[in-house]
Amino acid sequence: MKTPLGRVRGMGAAHSGAEHFWLQRLTAVANIPLLIGFLIVIVSLVGRGHATVIATLTNPFVAILILAAVISVVIHMRLGMQVIIEDYVHSEALKILLLMANTFLAFGIGLAAIYAILKINFGL
Amino acid sequence: MAERKMIERPLSPHLQIYRLTLTMVMSGLHRMTGPVLYFGTLLLVWWLMAVSSSQKQFELVSALFSSWIGQLILLGYTWALFHHMMGGIRHFIWDFGRGFEPHEREFLAFASIVGSLVLTLVVWVLGYMLKG
Repeated sequence: MKTPLGRVRGMGAAHSGAEHFWLQRLTAVANIPLLIGFLIVIVSLVGRGHATVIATLTNPFVAILILAAVISVVIHMRLGMQVIIEDYVHSEALKILLLMANTFLAFGIGLAAIYAILKINFGL
Repeated sequence: MAERKMIERPLSPHLQIYRLTLTMVMSGLHRMTGPVLYFGTLLLVWWLMAVSSSQKQFELVSALFSSWIGQLILLGYTWALFHHMMGGIRHFIWDFGRGFEPHEREFLAFASIVGSLVLTLVVWVLGYMLKG
């Protein structure tokens, strides 16, 4: 049994409290070092052959860095796109469909990237 | 909810009414670079999938990415990433209640465009210098 006040306390207008805001900021902060690290890896691989790229991406630090970056980026971009959809799509049905598509696409992109990294590391 | 009567109310002025300011443009660019990066992630996944798939696929994607159109897209992608990152840092400073004074806002807006361009240039110059 919850009182009406207990049900709404801390939830705000979005009905989900500050969870979206917090996760958005958390992943934003995480993205900075992760993507700078990832860019350094990419720059070091410009023009290199398949074997060198595989050798770099199978380094545990590099593999974990990329996995972490992918997870953080995918959560962040899903939240960002959600805000854009909520801001500009006013038809309720279309909004719900686009929010679902956003989640599916973000998860799909994340899973594909994770699958590729795991395959490079364990499956070749 | 009870039925609401549509009352003709004055609309608040929108973008075209205001004089264009740097802070306004940087805010717009921050939002626009978001979806650019979102769909740009597909390029990253494509590259990772190609690496994991076969040498042939890897060389195909490498050739596409090193073509002039590929390089142009990747250059834009790099700038979008840095601009969004600078904008994010700007928002993070604001989250702490700082940087709201007029000169500070102007400085942060200016720093985000200059910073993003400089960082993009640094990464690409390094990329070409270290190219294997």
